[in-house]
Amino acid sequence: MSTYFGKRIPRNEDPRLLTGQALFVDDVQLPDLAHVAFYRSPYAHARILSIDVSAALARPGVIGCYTAQDLGDYWSPGPLLVSPPPTIERKIFHQRTQVPLAKDKVRHVGEPVVMVVAESRYIAEDALDDIWVDFEPLGVVVDLEQALQTDAPLIHEDLPSNMGAQVIQEKGNYETAKAQAAVIIARRIVYDRGPSVAMENRGVVAQWDSRTQRLTVWDSTQAPVFIRGGLAAMLGLSESQVRVVAPFIGGGFGPKIMMFYPEEVLLPWLAIRLKRPVKWIEDRQENFYATTQERSQIHHCELALTQDGKILGLRDEFLHDGGAYMPYGLTVPLNSQANSLGGYIIPNYYSEFKAVFTNRTIVTPYRGAGRQHGTFVIERLLDHAARELGIDKAEIRRRNFIQPEQFPFNNEIIFQDFAPLMFDSGNYEPVLDKALEMIEYERFYREIQPQARAEGRKLGLGVVFYIEGTGIGPYEGARVQVEASGKVSVATGIGTQGQGHFTSFAQIVADQVGVRPQDVMMVTGDTDQFHWGAGTFASRGAVVAGNAIHAAAQDVRQKILHHAGEVLEAAPDALEIVAGQVRVQSDPTRSISLGKLAQRANPMRGAVEPGTVPGLESTNYFGPRYGATAFGAHAMIVEVDEATLQLKIHKYVVVHDCGKVINPLILDGQIHGGVAQGIGNAFYEQLHMDENGQLLNASFMDFLIPTALDVPHLEMAHTETPSPLNPLGVKGAGEAGAIPVGALFAQALEDALGLEINEIPISPQKLFELTATAEALA
Amino acid sequence: MKPAAFEYIIPESLDHLLQIKAEHGDEAKPLAGGQSLIPAMNFRMARPSLLVDLNRLPELAWLHVKDGELQVGTMTRMAELQHNPTVAAHVPLIAETVPHIAHPQIRNRGSVGGNLAHADPASELPVVAVALGARFRAISASGERWIPAHEFFLGTFTTSLQPQEILLEVTFPTRQDRTGYAFAEVARRHGDYAMAGVVAVVSLNAQGQCDSAQLVYLNAGDSPTPAVTAAAMLIGNSGTPAAITAAAQHASMEEIAPYGNLHASTEFQRHLARHLTQQALKTAFERARAEFLPHP
Repeated sequence: MSTYFGKRIPRNEDPRLLTGQALFVDDVQLPDLAHVAFYRSPYAHARILSIDVSAALARPGVIGCYTAQDLGDYWSPGPLLVSPPPTIERKIFHQRTQVPLAKDKVRHVGEPVVMVVAESRYIAEDALDDIWVDFEPLGVVVDLEQALQTDAPLIHEDLPSNMGAQVIQEKGNYETAKAQAAVIIARRIVYDRGPSVAMENRGVVAQWDSRTQRLTVWDSTQAPVFIRGGLAAMLGLSESQVRVVAPFIGGGFGPKIMMFYPEEVLLPWLAIRLKRPVKWIEDRQENFYATTQERSQIHHCELALTQDGKILGLRDEFLHDGGAYMPYGLTVPLNSQANSLGGYIIPNYYSEFKAVFTNRTIVTPYRGAGRQHGTFVIERLLDHAARELGIDKAEIRRRNFIQPEQFPFNNEIIFQDFAPLMFDSGNYEPVLDKALEMIEYERFYREIQPQARAEGRKLGLGVVFYIEGTGIGPYEGARVQVEASGKVSVATGIGTQGQGHFTSFAQIVADQVGVRPQDVMMVTGDTDQFHWGAGTFASRGAVVAGNAIHAAAQDVRQKILHHAGEVLEAAPDALEIVAGQVRVQSDPTRSISLGKLAQRANPMRGAVEPGTVPGLESTNYFGPRYGATAFGAHAMIVEVDEATLQLKIHKYVVVHDCGKVINPLILDGQIHGGVAQGIGNAFYEQLHMDENGQLLNASFMDFLIPTALDVPHLEMAHTETPSPLNPLGVKGAGEAGAIPVGALFAQALEDALGLEINEIPISPQKLFELTATAEALA
Repeated sequence: MKPAAFEYIIPESLDHLLQIKAEHGDEAKPLAGGQSLIPAMNFRMARPSLLVDLNRLPELAWLHVKDGELQVGTMTRMAELQHNPTVAAHVPLIAETVPHIAHPQIRNRGSVGGNLAHADPASELPVVAVALGARFRAISASGERWIPAHEFFLGTFTTSLQPQEILLEVTFPTRQDRTGYAFAEVARRHGDYAMAGVVAVVSLNAQGQCDSAQLVYLNAGDSPTPAVTAAAMLIGNSGTPAAITAAAQHASMEEIAPYGNLHASTEFQRHLARHLTQQALKTAFERARAEFLPHP
């Protein structure tokens, strides 16, 4: 019964978005709105000796300046968002979370020190120039390896070192496996950090209404429900007094699930204190420092294999850059651990990471959330192994794939959701085969590459495989209601940042309730409408919220059929719902509209049976036992200009399996966006930081993101291996596009240039250095 | 990223503009296309106290060919240079270069005078101006003067314009017989500031031998950087591969002085410059030889 599920339907939200009618945080205009700007630390590491805001306060139009001192008891380090999995035994974790305003010392450039509120943002920024902070600069830690040296300056002085956490996960016995191996591939692999560069920066507007005693906060968050609960607790308000709205958001990508950002804590406090609405919109320069970033890992890894390319074991020891604080626990490095297993049978495994504090912007998950790193490790090691063993690179992957009959597959380590890393379902080889077919793998190596080489052209092919753990718990919920108009309203707690929720969720409901997707009015991320749930992250919206909506819509369907059965004097299972009408299947002339049924279910006069619940409405929830694992293969043919080291991507293929697809059009969009970010990550985006922790390219002039000209046309195909873990059989797809691109670029460029690449990002400069090194060695 | 407070004035005429400049000097910053100035102000790296908006003075935007020169009013937009057929017909090098300058939106706003007076060593048009021997007409309330291109650019963001002066016009010599031009650059992405770039101009005598050559580089020093010795090495040559390779080697390794930046080290910039010089000279010689044919 799926009229709409699985169909390529244009998005319900696009007319609003494309005509500029959608509400974003900065669109919130309120009478008497005051504007906030932050004095942010110019130092990466310094002690604050004194702060003088008197000149700023004297500036006309300045309403107030606030330091950590002024916050009194409200000043408190933020919550630990995700505790380290209790199920992991061998771990150390030092909880150090960000603070609303730096008190005694600053630990990264851009850390907020003073909040200024003024009649306009212009005046607020003018006032920043008036503030005088006496800093005593301290030694700076930017390099991961240096951070752990005994003489390194301590970022958190109450800790014995800059090590924030250490985790060891193990299965089998790697050393035994190594002893039996025919070949050991060992490498040092570096994967640098990057910002997510959402089109919309962060923003908060807060309004306190003295008459209703209610606080309303418009916040560019991915988790409005938790923001509401947290704010209520911090401000001593009842949860019902706080409404958090996450309106349309121009890209989340993970950093907007971080909480609480200092600005999210401070603006609501300020609005209540001033009894005036206040607004802060992050500018692009602030975003480079103040919004969390991801990456920077250094792996020392080795793969033990038999002569015929079977993996015996993997050992990976890595450093993970946590930045100045670690509010998000260990999610990112745990994802790296999980993804370093790839989709392969790795019987013996030892992985140890140290998460390190540095004087850099805080690290929290960003699209891929550490999965890139793990994928890069295992895919690189397999490539090097294939070369060393003389095995075809596609074949070595095939030989190690988990086989379809082995699912559900227990990887015997712990995942970010504290549960064992189980792969619910999968069928990997067809995906790889399809990618090889689409990229014309054999023809490339038989004809195309030899011919290009004969012409002096450098062509390379990459093909890599990846898995994506998606759709983790705990749960989401939704309320579905048929209104008297016959239209359907749906509310869910998760926020939306461009994923097409207004359409894909509407499709799920439309099939159950018998209306068109256009007749389903979605509300996401407004806690007055729905106040349960965790948020939009970890590629879980479609899986967790989608199935909650599905469950609620099924309930409503039962109610519709029950009521209609009474009216039409027919058994519920003899009825069908078509185009907003419930009718008797055998006699469609006997029918009643959904609107009339909704009115009947909500009578204005007369008695009802005791226990009657009004309305054609249901609220339901869904929580999976563990995540659903999507997978796929990317393949690419790239040409490198030998002189300029510029790239031209001739062909890019994505074959992807995320179980049942709700809307292929939206899925394609997700993949496109992910690949674009992956390409940025692999070849364009790099934060250049000097030894003082100063970012040298905090603008789009020098921080390069790929433009439409730099992202190739993608050829896409899908296979469908439904997840057995949820009724819809869906898996997440939000991060898939981005995960394998680094590994793909490294392999394809190696193939083109005959180099070895063990780092991301790559750039023409990097290729120039590698070429020079290779020539010097030759 | 909001600018510091500033005054803003729309002059009523050129004379009014010159009066303002006479009174305020450097503190009165001309607002042309705003493509460099406005970002600098938003970053608060530039804090002019007075902006003088040139956008409302139509007499500043024009171009025509006269007396063997392409004469361009200071407020002529880059997009006009790119698309006006007169430019392509008479100074083909400009039409070839302008598409490399940033993006269409920026070229629609960005002005010729603003670009040149900004004197960014990574910018394309100053290199073209130096290579072609353009002349700059500076004007102030007390008179006007002509400045040759090689004397106009003094260093990074520094020109020989005096505080009371504005750049009113720039003239480029029109194409010459038996002369070939080429522009080549490499940027990370199309429209970015280039990691390296070069303009090559070669003129041939009736025997097909080079009798004058220019090689000028962007992002290779504080201002447009000519490679005089390398260019001189081509004199008397017909553009043989060996001569081109030698000139490119000398220019890129001995004459230019790139600083290196986030996207390219000095060594990589030199490597790119060498490659681009070879490419540009090859094209320039080919075009010069083609110029033996009558003009269309």
